[in-house]
Amino acid sequence: MIKALLIDDEPLARSIVREYLQNYPDIEIVQECNDGFEGVKAIQQHQPELIFLDIQMPKINGFEMLELVEEHPSVIFTTAFDEYALKAFETHAIDYLLKPFSKDRFDKAIQKWREQYSSENAKKKTDALLENTSQQPEQSQRVVVKTGSKIRIIPVHDILYFEADDDYIRIHTADGSFLKKKTMQYFEQTLNSLQFVRVHRSYIIQVAYLTRIDQENGEHHTAILKNGAKVPLSRTGYPKLKEVLGM
Amino acid sequence: MIDTYILHYMGIDYLTSFYDSIVVNLLLAGIGAGMFNSMRFYRPDNENYFYLRLWILLLSIGVTALQQYLFTFIGKGNTAYLELAHKAIPIRFCFNFLMISFVSLLNWLWYYFKSLEEETKRQSDAEKLAKEAELTMLRQQLQPHFLFNSLNSISALAGSRPEEARHMIQQLSDFLRGTLRKDEGQLVSLEEEIAHLQLYLEIEKVRFGHRLNTEIKTGDDCRKKMIPHLLLQPLVENAIKFGLYDTTEAITIHIETTCTEQELHVSITNPFDPATSAPRQGTGFGLNSIQRRLYLLYARQDLVQTKINDRTFTTFVNIPQHDKSPAH
Repeated sequence: MIKALLIDDEPLARSIVREYLQNYPDIEIVQECNDGFEGVKAIQQHQPELIFLDIQMPKINGFEMLELVEEHPSVIFTTAFDEYALKAFETHAIDYLLKPFSKDRFDKAIQKWREQYSSENAKKKTDALLENTSQQPEQSQRVVVKTGSKIRIIPVHDILYFEADDDYIRIHTADGSFLKKKTMQYFEQTLNSLQFVRVHRSYIIQVAYLTRIDQENGEHHTAILKNGAKVPLSRTGYPKLKEVLGM
Repeated sequence: MIDTYILHYMGIDYLTSFYDSIVVNLLLAGIGAGMFNSMRFYRPDNENYFYLRLWILLLSIGVTALQQYLFTFIGKGNTAYLELAHKAIPIRFCFNFLMISFVSLLNWLWYYFKSLEEETKRQSDAEKLAKEAELTMLRQQLQPHFLFNSLNSISALAGSRPEEARHMIQQLSDFLRGTLRKDEGQLVSLEEEIAHLQLYLEIEKVRFGHRLNTEIKTGDDCRKKMIPHLLLQPLVENAIKFGLYDTTEAITIHIETTCTEQELHVSITNPFDPATSAPRQGTGFGLNSIQRRLYLLYARQDLVQTKINDRTFTTFVNIPQHDKSPAH
């Protein structure tokens, strides 16, 4: 039996997928979720092979929900109209169903998924989709993190600085720091470059929280942030910061 | 006349003086008329101002010469007059030069103001057209999300509950017809506007029925007040979007209207989460377009206000009532 999950905030939108899935006795819907929070929990609980995922949902969108999941199941996106998402899907050749979709179109998506299911290919595509682009405008305004079972939405203007930490990024705020599985490159590209500056291979700071720049031994520069944190500036990072500051 | 007197004063007889002044003034009048005509087709700009001066100079010389030639006929046998005419050449020249300059300046100004007037009119016409187009655009802004998701709901209902699907198709059609309605004046009564809003809300409730509640309070005396067509729906759409996407619980949207003689007040309240919603405020597209529309209609920037109260977000809109047909 293949375990599937439906995640959509509109009950009628889920019911149509449920109806179309009746023709596939080997696919079982283990749960239906109203939002991303329920989705994250259900994925952990059921470890489904396939999820049908809407993008626009309460609190966190479909992409943000996937970011909170360690092991990505295969995803078939269902969305009504979304210029940002469609662009991302097309660049990463990921299948998506545009609402309203026909039974034929749905069958094709399932068939395509079955062909790719065994290969690692499908999962890699989802990873690449999440890694390379910021798909939704709200995602450049906030970062969603998970601490234990709690999901936290951090507005970017609350972020002091980002610090690389192995495969993770440590996000420092006044309320503490949070880990997220992303790359420095991702944040450097998606955040406003006048607001956030990559001052070091392992650091991105928010310029608004900079209080002063210290120089040690006549060579190494260090940025001092509002909370007292010291962030090293690299040889290329220092001039970049100076440029943004108009020095 | 002054001409005649001056010459007479200088000891020339009346008849000769009279002929002299006729010749001088007719010539100048002719030049004025000629200039007026030619400027209709060609007006010198600042760059060839020099050529204009040169032309005036040449014309003055020509006129003075012509005058002298004609004087010889007028003053045949009158040596005193001819002598005076000869002596007065520099004065006559200066006088001609000033007169021609003055006339050309007048002509130039006349045409300048005329073209300025035309330009202003054309500009205001163009602005009016652009404003109308913008107003139509702002009025008809329909969220594709809403349309496609509604169609998806209909598709879902068609399989299991065809009667409901048919009903929703009817609602959606009525709503779209109201949205696409040709411009029959921008204003409708509050009653009509609320009826259109109800259509929209019914469709949204099919989609979000389990989570969306609305409460509409309208004072009886406000029903006939006028409001720009399709103003409320995008505001409520905004409130629903914020309300529904900011929380995972059920929400209630409150819509209240009160009125005075001069104004109709509408308030729309939705719950929101101050912790996560703040960064999203910037993309309040709905509010911006409403503000823009009210500005185009009433030339006032203060008609839309918002208030954040703990966990609710309220939008206030004032519609002035004194002017039955606002600027179009």
